[in-house]
Order: sequence, then C-alpha cells, then structure tokens
Amino acid sequence: MSSHPTTNSKPAVDTSHAPPADERWSTIITPHRGWLDWRLKQLWRYRDLISLFVWRDFVSAYKQTILGPLWHIIQPLLMTITFTIIFGHVAKLPTDGIPPFLFYMSGIVCWNYFANNLTKTSSTFVGNAALLGKVYFHRLAIPISIAISNLISFGISLAIFLVFLVSFYFRGVDIHFTRWIFCTPLFLLMLAGYGLGGGIIVSALTTRYRDLANLVAFGVQLLMFGSFIMYPVSQVSAKNHWIAELNPLVPIIEGFRLAFLGAGTVDVAQVATSFGIMIAVLAVGLMLFTHVERTFMDTV
Amino acid sequence: MSTVISVENVTKSYRLGQIGGGTLKEDFSRWWAKLRGLPDPLLKIGEEHHARHLGEQFWALDNVSFDIQEGDVVGIIGRNGAGKSTLLKILSQVTTPTSGQIKIKGRIASLLEVGTGFNPEMTGRENVFLNGAILGMTKAEIRSKFDEIVAFSEIEEFIDTPVKRYSSGMYVRLAFAVAAHLEPEILIVDEVLAVGDAEFQKKCIGKMQDVSRGGRTVLFVSHSMAAVSKLCQHCVLLDGGRLKLFGPTAEIIPHYLKSGKQTDGIRIWGEGENTQDPRLKLRAMRILAPDGTVVGHVDIRKPFTIEVEYQILETLPQCRINLRVLTSDGTLAFSTADSIDPNYNAGARAAGSYRTRCFIPGNLLNEGYYSLTMGVDIPFKKILFMEEAALGFSVEQTSDLNTRFPEKWPGAVCPLLEWQTKPLD
Repeated sequence: MSSHPTTNSKPAVDTSHAPPADERWSTIITPHRGWLDWRLKQLWRYRDLISLFVWRDFVSAYKQTILGPLWHIIQPLLMTITFTIIFGHVAKLPTDGIPPFLFYMSGIVCWNYFANNLTKTSSTFVGNAALLGKVYFHRLAIPISIAISNLISFGISLAIFLVFLVSFYFRGVDIHFTRWIFCTPLFLLMLAGYGLGGGIIVSALTTRYRDLANLVAFGVQLLMFGSFIMYPVSQVSAKNHWIAELNPLVPIIEGFRLAFLGAGTVDVAQVATSFGIMIAVLAVGLMLFTHVERTFMDTV
Repeated sequence: MSTVISVENVTKSYRLGQIGGGTLKEDFSRWWAKLRGLPDPLLKIGEEHHARHLGEQFWALDNVSFDIQEGDVVGIIGRNGAGKSTLLKILSQVTTPTSGQIKIKGRIASLLEVGTGFNPEMTGRENVFLNGAILGMTKAEIRSKFDEIVAFSEIEEFIDTPVKRYSSGMYVRLAFAVAAHLEPEILIVDEVLAVGDAEFQKKCIGKMQDVSRGGRTVLFVSHSMAAVSKLCQHCVLLDGGRLKLFGPTAEIIPHYLKSGKQTDGIRIWGEGENTQDPRLKLRAMRILAPDGTVVGHVDIRKPFTIEVEYQILETLPQCRINLRVLTSDGTLAFSTADSIDPNYNAGARAAGSYRTRCFIPGNLLNEGYYSLTMGVDIPFKKILFMEEAALGFSVEQTSDLNTRFPEKWPGAVCPLLEWQTKPLD
C-alpha cells in the first residue's frame, strides 16, 4: 500500500470536508427521504434477487413434504369441495345458473391470490427483521417476490379450474366465455395490486403496532364473506346492494366469473373505479413502506 | 488516490422511553393522557423521574466525520456501545442517520454476519446463489465464480447437502466463501474472523488482504486487536458515539487499550453496565500488589494478584472466570481461567457473592502496558459477562542495579528462565 496523504494519516479529527466538485458519488445516505422516493429504478437492479427469492419460496416450501407442489392443487380443490357441499348442497345458495363447483372454484382461485398476497406480504418487515437488519437490498424485493410466487400457485389453480371448466362444458353445461376474458390480465393485476398494496400497508404499520398482525388473519376471512365468493351479487336485494358496491374486490371477482362462466353482475365503470382505488391503495402502501423502510430497524 | 467514503457530521439519536410502546392501545392511552396533561400511564410507580427523560435523546453517534481513501483497510474499533454497529448499520443502509450524510463511491457490500439469509432447508449450492444475490451479486456473476467459491470453502463433497446438516464450521466457511468472492468496491466486514479454525482464519485474512491489494476498500470491525493490527493500515476509534481518533493503526490501538478505563488498578462496575445476564452482576476488579494494596503498575519481578468480585443472583449450573492478558498492540500474551485451579468446583455455583483471585508470578510479564479482558461463562454454553479491556495495568522496571533485564526485551512475556552451559570435554 502506498502512503495515505493528508487528512487520515494524522490521529486528529478532521471536520473540513470539501471534496472536489468533479467527484461523483454513487450513493448518498441522507437522513430524509421523500414519501415518493420509491427508487423503482434501483429495484430493477435487484431482479435477480427477486427471481431467486421466488425460486427459494417455491423450492423450500415443499422440502420434507410428501406431496410437494401437489399442495397447490389440493388446497383450492378441497376448499371448493367444502364450499360446494356446505353452500351448494346444504344451504342451497343460488349461483347464477353456474354449476356450484365452478362457481365456488372461480371465486376461490381469485380470492386465494389476493388473500395470499395480503397475508404473506404483511409480515415483510417483522418476519424478515433478522435479514433486513444486516444487509441492504431494495426492500420491495420481498413483497414483489411474494406476489410472483403466488402467481405461480395462481397459475396452477387456474389451470385446474380450466380443466374442470372444459370437462363441464363437454358435459353440456351452459357456460361460455365472454369478451371479458381479455380483461383477465387486468383482473390479475388488480388482485395483485390490492394484495400487495394492503399487505405493505399492514407490514409498515406492524413495525409499530403488532396488533395488526392478528387483525389481518381474521380480517381477511371476514372480508371473504363480503366479497361474494359464496354467493353472487345478483342475489343481493337492491337495498343491500351498497355492500357490493363498497367492496372494490367485488367487480374483479364478478368480472372473472363473467369472463369464464358467462354470468356475473359487473360493468366497465365498476371495474374502472376499482382500478382507481387499487392504484390509490398501492400508492399509499408504497409511501408508507418507503417511510418505514428507512428506520424500521430502530423500532422492530 | 481518492476518497471513497465521506462521512459528514453523522449523528444518530434514539428516543428513550417512547420506543417501548408496542401496541396501538398503549400508544393511544399515552397520547390521551398527554392530551389531558396527565403523566404517562404506562410508567411504573416510582419511575416518575423517567417522565422527564421521556423523549430524551440517546446519541448513538454524535457528529462523526471522517474520510476513507480508496484501497485502504480501515479498522473500526471501540468498546461495546461506542457506536460501531450503529455506524455500520448506517453505512450498509440498514437504517438512516438522524442528521449528517454519508457519500459513497462504488458498490458497497456488507458482511455483518456470515450466512445472512441462508436457508437451512436448501443445499449448499442453492444457498450460494441465494446468499450471493442477497449480498448484491447477479446470477451470472455467481455462476462464473461458483467453482472458485466452492473450492475456497473446502466443502465440495457436501455442496448438494442441505445446510442444516452442516457443522457450524462448514456453514461459516461456505458463507465466508460467498462473501469473499463479492467484488464490491467497498467491503464491510464485522467480526467474521471470530469463527472457523486457525487455518481458515488465515485464509480469510489472506483473502481480505488480496481484496485490498486489488485497490478495493475494506472496513473491518473487530474486537481482536491482533487481527486489526495485522490487517488495517488505519483505524477509527469510537468512544461513546464520538470519533475519538483516526489515524495509523499502530498509533490508535494503544489509545484504545488505555482509553477511558481506569489505569489505577481498580474497575468498579456501576448500575447499568454491571450485568449482561440476569443471573450475574459484576462488582469490581482489582490489581493487588503483594502487600494487598490496589495498584495500577506492578514491579516486573514481583508477583501480583488480579481479583474479580461478583454476585450470582441465581444458582448457576457452572461458572468459570476467564482472563486474557493483552499487550498494548493487542497481542494476546496469555489467557487463563479459574477452572485450572485444582480446587475448582466444576459443578453448580450457588447464589451469593464471590471473589475470585488469580495469582500472577513475578518475572513473567514484560515491561509495558497490558490490558485485561475479563469474561464469566458457563463453559461451552453461555457467556454471562464479557468486557474487553476491563482493566489495564503497566509492568514497570524499577531502577534496580541488580536487574536481570537492563533494557526492554521484545516479546509479549519476559519470563525468567533457567539456563545452563557446561563444557563438554
């Protein structure tokens, strides 16, 4: 090593800092960051990390299990069967003329994607405190990788759903695709947006208030009852219709049913409104997330 | 050579008292009481004085500034609570400063604890990729260095075994191997050398030297003055959140060893610093001359005693007092523990107050300044208390004409040994 000139070779505190103007810093760590400073460009640099997180979640979730990835199929299938028996056969709730099995499965497939995104991303900070307390990487890599992981299990569920759909179709059941099917990616994006947005809001708030972690678990279950998974919107009396209109998830689920099964109560304005609300939820989530991310290690 | 890290007036403060509130209800009741001008309802009775401290600041770092040059290996040293970890956390962007700023040129990677993000269920191979990505490498970079990483870790045969089956040594070797092959412009290393066997430690030190020879900058945080003096050209000495000194390692280490702590031969632990485990409280540590007086310097020829007084609050399954004697450049002269005493009770030690003494013979230590690191542990299970440089003392040569060592000899110790020469024919 050659010698070190000036400032740091003397055992003295040097506080005069005047770096030459041409020096270009790659990172400047400052106390404050704007609520809107989301650093999405930096997030792109972490795409390999995101893909490895996704891969880890997928691989490690089924190590030392017998059925492995088959759980992606078993879980929605069992839930659908349960719903079909309880709501279809015992309670005999009407399903817009769609076979109950397909009706419930369509709802469950959508709902699971939203609910898994929400519950899993809601523990981003608290659940990964040990990791986040040691290394810096863009913190959004975690929730985004969760949304992508869930997309894989959504894809599997959707494939199963389509298999059943085709088999019902060939048995002569009156179901048909509508033009809404082209909106499927949009519905998916909206479910991801709501799940992710809600999840990161909760994750940011749980760094301070752990109570919310408990709230999320049963809150999601309660919300399911208000999201028309078990019965269609068309069954709600005009007086209670506001419940359906208040819940921005309803147009997505009804839209999905209309797209694949040919029956559902939804219009373009409802979907557009829901989309707007989704953007707002996501933006609030990103703002809170950005705000908390700076210093959450001091409070967790 | 240019500046790669510029730390400018960095301050980090934590609010005391108000962080504890973990539930919405607590925060709400606190806010509601404040609104009505009532004292904090969550303070325990008799803790009223804390109300004044509520909102008071604790300065983990206080206006710290320094510049680090490209290619330098800089040691960050200081006692527990001096602000080292806070500084590292800010540098590695885990948290932000309260005021001031840090400018960094180039990619920075921190190795705050080896194996961060290792997934126990996954194999060594899978973890290399995962850990590499967490530390900031791209998949392509990891792939190109994979063979090198595995060779460095020396665990080729087990690379496809889940890491939960690894010994702790293998785990650390693999983790360090990944980190060592990062190629950031700036590498932050925190205490990794504390683990692994001597052979592997040597390899790690070699790797870190390679890194710095390659023109990259290393920040090294360690309590091991031997490692710091071996590796670092410069040192930052932190004390109580402030930058005390910054300069060449050889000049800084003696300051660290002498800093703050008593050199008058006695160390008394006060409330707040006397316990690191609820079962044990430290009281005092003293250096005693043969006549029983407390001294800060001892005669090179005469024996002296190191005594530790402590209180066990709850019966311990086992208890051992460890001492390390370090020279002023941080070299370990020797270490000892009360378990070598033939009368040592290896079983449970009941609650109560104890005094343990270690008798150091005369004509053993060399002239110069020594510091004592003191630890109490349950052997191989738990460290109950540990303090670096808890007490310092100097060994002096009195101007005696009969002295056997007329000038200072090199060496950590200077024992008076028996020699013999006989004519052979």
